[in-house]
Parts: sequence; structure tokens; C-alpha cells
Amino acid sequence: MAADNSSLLELTNRDYKAGFVTDIESETLPPGLNEDVVRAISARKGEPEWLLEWRLKSYRHWLTMKEPTWQNVHYPAIDYQSIVYYSAPKVKKDGPKSLEEVDPKLLETYEKLGIPLRERAKLAGVAVDAVFDSVSVATTFRGKLAEVGIIFCSFSEAVRDHPDLVRKYLGTVVPYTDNYFATLNSAVFSDGSFCYIPKGVRSPMELSTYFRINSANTGQFERTLIVAEEGAYVSYLEGCTAPIRDENQLHAAVVELVALDDAEIKYSTVQNWYPGDKEGRGGIFNFVTKRGACRGRNSKISWTQVETGSAITWKYPSCILQGDNSVGEFYSVAVTNNMQQADTGTKMIHIGKNTKSTIVSKGISAGKGQNTYRGMVRILGKAEGARNYSQCDSLLIGDECGAHTFPYIEVHNSTAQMEHEASTSKIGEDQIFYFQQRGISAEEAVNMIVNGFCKVVFRELPMEFAVEAQKLLGVSLEGSVG
Amino acid sequence: MNPLLEIKHLHASVGGKEILSGVDLTIAPGEVHAVMGPNGSGKSTLAYVLAGRPGYEVTRGEILFRGRDLLAMSPEERAREGVFLAFQYPVEIPGVSNIYFLKAAVNAVRKHRGLPEYDAMEFLALVKQRAKIVEIDEELIKRPVNEGFSGGEKKRNEIFQMAMLEPVLAVLDETDSGLDIDALRIVANGVNQLRSAERSMIVVTHYQRLLNYIVPDFLHVLVDGRIVREGGKELALELEEKGYVWLEKEPPAVAAGSAAPVNGR
Repeated sequence: MAADNSSLLELTNRDYKAGFVTDIESETLPPGLNEDVVRAISARKGEPEWLLEWRLKSYRHWLTMKEPTWQNVHYPAIDYQSIVYYSAPKVKKDGPKSLEEVDPKLLETYEKLGIPLRERAKLAGVAVDAVFDSVSVATTFRGKLAEVGIIFCSFSEAVRDHPDLVRKYLGTVVPYTDNYFATLNSAVFSDGSFCYIPKGVRSPMELSTYFRINSANTGQFERTLIVAEEGAYVSYLEGCTAPIRDENQLHAAVVELVALDDAEIKYSTVQNWYPGDKEGRGGIFNFVTKRGACRGRNSKISWTQVETGSAITWKYPSCILQGDNSVGEFYSVAVTNNMQQADTGTKMIHIGKNTKSTIVSKGISAGKGQNTYRGMVRILGKAEGARNYSQCDSLLIGDECGAHTFPYIEVHNSTAQMEHEASTSKIGEDQIFYFQQRGISAEEAVNMIVNGFCKVVFRELPMEFAVEAQKLLGVSLEGSVG
Repeated sequence: MNPLLEIKHLHASVGGKEILSGVDLTIAPGEVHAVMGPNGSGKSTLAYVLAGRPGYEVTRGEILFRGRDLLAMSPEERAREGVFLAFQYPVEIPGVSNIYFLKAAVNAVRKHRGLPEYDAMEFLALVKQRAKIVEIDEELIKRPVNEGFSGGEKKRNEIFQMAMLEPVLAVLDETDSGLDIDALRIVANGVNQLRSAERSMIVVTHYQRLLNYIVPDFLHVLVDGRIVREGGKELALELEEKGYVWLEKEPPAVAAGSAAPVNGR
């Protein structure tokens, strides 16, 4: 009924609360990309020769590549020469040594975003690496982590202080030739987080990185590398926001995870980049390559993502299940509202024997949002006894949005056990009215239905994040029904 | 006594088509009114208009609830003020448990009435007590709202919700449809337990048999969007015997344009 739909639309419109700009002096390279820019970034960071060579190799390879077009998203062509590839808040020569030396404006920014670095430094529980535009501005709890041998620092510091570790693992999961955006990242990545958990150590706290894009026309190209040695365990969280701007901004990150024998890495993301306005102006283009290698026997990598932001999301956190008995998991909630588009999913590559993977994807579309699940499960010939369970559910709010599912299954071993379930449902006017008739507002009704829909994924998030994710979902869908 | 509900010369359309063509109905606190009529006569439309369902447009007339303009209130405001609709076809809400749903509803209503919200313990105690009224299985209360419920279980759940929400005006839309005789007895018995001097009801039904169990104070017959005949419970038996056909030729019970109460008070 037409009358019903207009009321359905009213609810999709809440403001993006992280949309402010921090007025801070930045050191910024001029826009554009060429070998000199790559050299300039590397020089600014005082990188060793081998890393510059790796960057240049990547850049030269990137020049031979074409931007992919197979994904189910549409966006204006990106002008790679108009992007600023490096922007950093001005700081004293060596960067801040402790929180006391960090620009108060930056601390204020994170406080406004609900990540009070100072406070978090006091409350035990979560260690934060704060990345502002192209650089890491602060990492908390380093001392405490160092006591148990955990290295948690910015990528730049890791290159400086632990070059052998970085060199050993960089590009081994996502090679510099991997794909257009990952290759671009390999050439120009500016900072990110590095995390190393030594043999037999369980991280005593959650580690997290908080990414913030602030400067206009700046791309963010961060790189995260996490290595869990034999028997190690770490739970890692990342969050992202950006100011409201009319122009699109590119975010092309790479995350590499390595889990050795009996190691476990749990990686959770709450992505809330600026999604653009209702007409689709502005917003972040989020082209991200995330991949984990379960190299050791009995290792486990688990991805959990709540994707509510970005104008375009293109990411497939994947697992290469190389070690026998290794386990890969992917739990995802992706929301597209207004003009947002997402093409997201995972790849589970079973190489070792008795490897197991689980995929649970929940896509929510509202407004004119388009949500695509794209997943691949590949069982290679030697993966005796491999198992996969996949579930992809889509929830539609209103009748102008879309949900699309592209599952690919490739099995080369007859002992494999595969299960695939999928469903599509719609929040109907009759459901909303049912809630209202019981005294519950339409907005609250959508929240309750959506949270019920996402419950299984939220359960996978660390407690503190689960609450945040639930709230964020409410905000993202506000105005989608009424 | 001041009437609880006054429907005055109500015209309503759905999708541009007029369904109700001048309905007058006045209900005093504690009264149970039955509205009967053939299919398509506007019974459910009346129920939805009272509850404020989007798409049901009032073109003329007014509805006063405790002297206030009901039509100016949002659906949730009406619910919080004490208007309850037991749906003919309750929808399924996957992923949201019945008990979670009810707690949100009950607390929204309590908040509106200036009462403290129930905590989990108080709420569970209330659930246990009220579940007995319609003999609803506590397992059903934990399951997602109406999901996979049988027709009878859905109807029971509606009355269970009514018992939890303690409305001032309950509109039961064909609560008997799809029920076998045992389920009908249980549901009707539940409704009767909820009758009180402070609670009025409008029982919408196609068949007389429900009224054997829920005995109304007044009965109105709706044909083609107008009330064509009114009376006491004995009118139901006459309808059972003669069907609705003989009424379809009758003029409306009250001359069009009159807003006077028609229940003889």
C-alpha cells in the first residue's frame, strides 16, 4: 500500500554522529601518484631500502593492472591523481612518546568518538592504537603488553624496531600482486597496526585499532599485520569513522593475519566510515583486502564484521586453511541504507586435512541500499574430510532496496561435507504496525527485528563491542521505517 | 457515566474505496459490544481504524476516546492509552522472542502511564500468572513472536498479550476464526476472565457461536459499512437463524447524519 511505504521511508534518516572535522595542522603531500610520491612516503618514515624497493615493485605492478569491475557496485570513476596519499598531523620530530605528548586536539577527537584514550589507558581491558589519517598517533598499554612479550605498535614503529619480523611476514598472505587495491596499498601504505604474540602467550587484553580519516581529499591506506606464534591467542578489534564531506574518499587497506600451530586470532571490525548523504553525495569508498593464513595445525582464525558505514564497501575477509584441522570463521552483518552499496563476503580455501569453516552472513538493506553477499568455498584435492557450513540471510526494509547473493562452491575432494542455507525476508508494514499496536514505536520495532536478525553475529563480538554495534545498527537504520 | 468511546458518523476508505459509510457507536466503561456482519461489511476496517492502521483513511466523522480525539493519536499512542487490538491474522516476527517483545510493550505502556518499568523478576512473575488465563504453554512465550505457531496458538497469544497489557478498550477481530471448539472455549474463557467494570470490549465476529461464550451487552449488525440493526444478545440468535440476507435490504438503524448515541442510553 502506497501510504504504508511513505511511512516506511521516514525512519531511515538519522544523522551521522562521527561526522565532525578536527581542526589540526597537517603535513600533507600534494595530490597525485608517481614514483616520487612513493619515495617521499618511504623517506618520511625513514624506511629501510628493502621496503622502498617493495613499494616501488608494487607501484610498478599496479601500473599494469586494471581496476576490477566484476563487483556488484556502481560508482563514479576514481581519479587516482587527485588523491592525497599522505597526510599527518604535525608533531615533534620523533612523534609522541607517551599520551602526555599527544596533541590535546587529537585526544579530544577520540574522546568525542567515544574512545577516550586517556581513560582507556587507566581502565584495564583494551589497548588502543589510534590511527589519524596516515599515521598512528598513540598506542596505549604498550608497557603492560611488553611484559608478556607482546609487541603492539604502529606499523611504522614495527618497521623501525622489528624489521626482521615485518620482513618475514609482510606480503606473505596478501602478496603485492594480489589485486588492484591491495597492490596500490602496498605502494603507498602509510601506517597501521602491528601485533606479534609470541609462542604460548594469550593476550591479557583485547587489542584494538581505531582508524580516523580527517583531512579532505585524502586516501587512507593502512596496513595491519598480526602474527600469532604457536599456541598464542589474541582478540583484536578495529573501528573506523570519518567526517562528513561532499567528496568521496578512498580507503584501501590491507590486513594480513598469520596463525601458526594451535594459535588463534579473533578479528572483529565495526566499520562506520561516513556513508554519504541520502542522495548519495560523499562517503567513503571502502576497498579492503583482509586475509588470514591458518599456517599451523589446529590453528583458528575468526573474522567478525559489522559493516554499517561507507558509500561503497568491497571486502572479503578470507581464510586460507593450510594447516591440518585448522578452522576458519566469518560472521558478518552488513547494512546498506539510503544510497549505500556493499559487496562483501568471504573466501574459505581448504588446503589441509579436516579443515573446517563456518560462514554466517546477515545483510540488511534499507532505503535504496544494495547489499551483495559474495562468497567462495574451495575444497582442494588434498583436503580430506573438509567441512563447511554457510548461511546467508538477507533482510529488506522497504521496497526500493536490493539483496543479492553470489555463493561459489568448488569441491575437489569427494569426502567434503558442504552445507549451504540462505533466506530472504522483509520487514513488512504489518509487522511494524503489530509492534505499534502494542505500544512500541516503529523505530524501536525495526531495532528489535534487526537485532534479532543479527543476534548470532553479535554473539561473536567481544562484549563491549557488541553493545556498541547494536547501538550503531540502530543509528544506521534510523529513518528506515516509520 | 461518561462514555469510554464515541464513534460519530464515521466514514473510512481503503485505497480510495469507501468501506465505512457513517458508523455511530457509543460504548460505556465495562460494556461488551459485539459487531457482526457478513464478509466485506467493514468489521475489520472498523477495528483497524480504531487502532490507527496506516492506509485506513478516515474521510468524515470523529472518534472520541475518553473525550479525546483518538484519530489525532499515533497507533502506539493509542495502544499506550489503552486501546488493544487482537488481530485476526497475527503476524510472525522472526528473531524477536515473545517475552522480549512483551516486556518492551508492557514497559512502554507503563512508562506512558507514569508507572515504573517492571524489572525482569517482576515481569516473569506477571507472565507466569497471566499465562494461566489462556492456558498458554510457557515454551511458546519464549519462542519468536507467533513464528511457527498454529492458528489457535496465535489467537491464544493475542489474548495472553491482552492480559499482559491490561487495556481499557479491547477490540477482538474475529478471534474465533480458525479455532476448533476446544480452543474456542479456552480463548473465550480467557476473555471472560478479563472482563471488568473498567474494561470495555468490541467483539467482532462473523458467527454467532462465539457469543455463546462471550455474551455481549449489546449487538450491532454491520452491513455495507453501516450499522443496520442493533439489539441485545438475542439478536445474535435471530441472525443465526435467518442469516444476514434479510438485513441487507433494511435501512440503517439510525438516520444518516445523526450523531446521537444509539444504544438507548
